[in-house]
Amino acid sequence: MSSLLEAKGLYGGYGGADILQGTNLRVEADEIVVIVGPNGAGKSTAMKAVFGLLRIREGEVRYRNETITNAKPEQMVRRGIAYVPQEKNVFPSLTVRENLEMGAYLMKGDLSQRLDKVYTLFPKLAERRRQQAGLMSGGERQMVAMGRALMIDPQLLMLDEPTAGLSPLLIDETFERIQEINAQGIGVLMVEQNAKQALAIANRGYVLATGSNRHEDTGPNLLANPEVAEMFLGG
Amino acid sequence: MELSGIASYLISFLTFAGVYAVLALGLNMQWGFTGQFNIGIAGFFAVGAYTSAILTTPSSPAYLGGFGMPFLVGLAGAVIASTLLGLVVGLITARLRTDYLAIASIGIAEMVRLFVKNEDWLTNGVRGIAGIERPFADTVLDSPFVYLVIVALFVAGVYFLVERAYASPWGRVLRAIRENEPATAAAGKSIAGFRLQAFVLGSAIMGLGGGLYAHFFGFLSPEAFMPLYGTFLVWVMLIAGGSGNNRGAILGAVLVWGVWSGTELLTGLLPTEHATQGAALRVLLIGVLLQVILVTRPEGVFPEKPPKLITRKR
Amino acid sequence: MTDILQLLIYGLVLGSVLTMGAIGVSMIFGILRFAHFAHGDFMTLGAYLGLSFISAFGLSSWWALPAAMVGMAVIAVFIDQVLYRRIRRTQPVILLIASFGMALILRSLVQLIWGSDNQTYTSGIQFPWQLDWLGGMRLKPDHLWIMLISLGLVAGVHLFLTRTRLGKAMRAMSDNMDLALISGIPAERVIMVTWVIGGALAGAAGVFLGIDTRLHPVMGWTTLLPVFAAAILGGIGRPYGAIAGGMIIGVSMEMSTLLIPAAYKPAVAFAIMVGMLILRPQGIFKGTV
Ligand SMILES: Nc1ncnc2c1ncn2[C@@H]1O[C@H](COP(=O)(O)OP(=O)(O)OP(=O)(O)O)[C@@H](O)[C@H]1O
Ligand SMILES: [Mg+2]
Repeated sequence: MSSLLEAKGLYGGYGGADILQGTNLRVEADEIVVIVGPNGAGKSTAMKAVFGLLRIREGEVRYRNETITNAKPEQMVRRGIAYVPQEKNVFPSLTVRENLEMGAYLMKGDLSQRLDKVYTLFPKLAERRRQQAGLMSGGERQMVAMGRALMIDPQLLMLDEPTAGLSPLLIDETFERIQEINAQGIGVLMVEQNAKQALAIANRGYVLATGSNRHEDTGPNLLANPEVAEMFLGG
Repeated sequence: MELSGIASYLISFLTFAGVYAVLALGLNMQWGFTGQFNIGIAGFFAVGAYTSAILTTPSSPAYLGGFGMPFLVGLAGAVIASTLLGLVVGLITARLRTDYLAIASIGIAEMVRLFVKNEDWLTNGVRGIAGIERPFADTVLDSPFVYLVIVALFVAGVYFLVERAYASPWGRVLRAIRENEPATAAAGKSIAGFRLQAFVLGSAIMGLGGGLYAHFFGFLSPEAFMPLYGTFLVWVMLIAGGSGNNRGAILGAVLVWGVWSGTELLTGLLPTEHATQGAALRVLLIGVLLQVILVTRPEGVFPEKPPKLITRKR
Repeated sequence: MTDILQLLIYGLVLGSVLTMGAIGVSMIFGILRFAHFAHGDFMTLGAYLGLSFISAFGLSSWWALPAAMVGMAVIAVFIDQVLYRRIRRTQPVILLIASFGMALILRSLVQLIWGSDNQTYTSGIQFPWQLDWLGGMRLKPDHLWIMLISLGLVAGVHLFLTRTRLGKAMRAMSDNMDLALISGIPAERVIMVTWVIGGALAGAAGVFLGIDTRLHPVMGWTTLLPVFAAAILGGIGRPYGAIAGGMIIGVSMEMSTLLIPAAYKPAVAFAIMVGMLILRPQGIFKGTV
């Protein structure tokens, strides 16, 4: 049985020196996998590299046993991988509904079923479907961003800091939603700063520092690891 | 052609190339060093040319002046006037992205042209200003060749000025801005301030070019310089020569002026009724030349070689 | 009073021309991030293509419109594919230089093919309607058509941008290029459609200009400054702002003749633009600064 996603020994960066120094990642079909690490560790860079947004100089990315190293984003979407970047993850002048439609640009046929599914998960978006995404609050925008990604009925959902800047209440809610999504059989790979909460719902976690894996374990084990606790969980 | 004919053609060719070299060096200050996109070169050029003409021609009832001042006073006036214009344009656009400067600069050139054309009291309108003399008028030194030497001296002077500026700490900041604006801003440099200084200096140099042209050609009218083609040629010169490289700017000026003049010789062979077509054909050729350079050799024939003042991390 | 109304009509006609150009400039800026300096000469070329079409088939002047629109849509895509696409990966400002060069190439082509003399679509003079109920104001049928057709084209662009998948994708790309790619929106397709629309509208602007005045190789270049002014006023990158910008600039330019010599009309467009750049560079409606 092969993994949903497996990245091995990734090296690459933004044209200058390599940011990624042999990063490894693996996501199984039903897992929530969390990446934590200090600022500038290369977490976002690793996500972009996996999704084909920057050149991987060395290493391999496999999806369902197929090599997708440096494939174009469009091919990622067609294979059922959806990605929500850390910043600028909505189309501000488009309405909520149009944002969702853009998520499914490559999908053929009627969108209403896909839209209904997203609206069920985020009822607020149904209410606000005609509103411009740029005029919404941070929490609502994060829902739009996730909804947009879910429009392709992905098998793998990649989230970069989905709770950044949200209130504690909204953070709890977001993690609940992510668990719901995962319960539908969607593998989740997410970067998180709220390490404690994220690792608590994670099957497995990675601690990334200066572009390479520092620790890799199940969520509870990482939480229990004193070194990790000292580094990232505020002691 | 007789030998003297060839000699006088060569002198006139090189003088023109020299004037263009000054303009290309001015543009290099703006575009090559700081990435500021000015396609209103003709505006600064015209302001310089007219200022010098009005200051130096004998007094005339038809237009303001002339004040009959000496050559060097005329040139100084040209530099001051274009500096002021550059300051105004720069103050408006220094904070904006470069596309806005590009748009504003064609506006400036167009405004200057409209003004020159319509304000007869100052510029004699479409009739133009004639009788602009070379320096040393009525002496043995009043010859095209001596003027070529003078222009060459100015080219050399401007070249050393901009080279010094380029290698100075000030020039280093300019390049840093061009390469990585956010990082330079983070290092506490006032981006807009440095941009403005470079823009104004470039404008001043262009005004000088205008002044040199006026005394070479002896006659100015709103259409004399062919505003757009002039601007365009300067751009092609700088890009062909290699933006950022001052020697490239000068060599580009000579090369492209050579191509431009060469096409003139060729289209001159056409029957006179096709003269306008001939001119269009020349612009077409230069336009295609620019595109070929942009696609195949965007760094120019002589790419920029930054002086090794920066200790690079390896 | 009649004077002012009359100038208002002229202003709206000019505004229609500017709007057609400014929508294209704004869209191209939104997608490709550069000010397209050949847009004025797209207008010129479109006008002349229309002229050749009607004289080849002996048609009436309005047939120039569809010919220019189709012709310029094709030529715009062609120029993009042959030239702009090759340098798109470098900085957008290189595209700006290339488009400046393209402007001169197109203009010299027009001079080579059609000559430098003024030309017109029809030789006759059109008699205006005298609108007695409006204080004897005159309205030329052609002017009415220019305004109505522009309105129709603007409505068409609006429907395209808000009702079609491709139109929404175009707005999405102009909003956030990276996210559009991440969503799997095919950038090259959208870019091509941008040129189709931008080219067609430039062709329409050229024909309007030719019908309103005359055809001349620099007709487009001299209109470029007001077109850019309109695009900046509306917030560059925002096609809807371009409509408001075009009308404001057009009306101001015509109205200004009450106060200053007509030769300075372009200066009015320029002054408004500079004022805008100083006070509110993002445009009346927030654009892409
Ligand atoms: N577009 C870019 N171009 C060049 N360097 C970049 C770029 N984006 C990030 N970097 C650099 O790459 C390194 C890793 O950045 P990355 O965004 O992957 O960190 P991160 O772990 O996601 O941090 P954060 O927690 O702040 O999101 C940093 O040193 C950063 O400066
Ligand atoms: Mg990050």
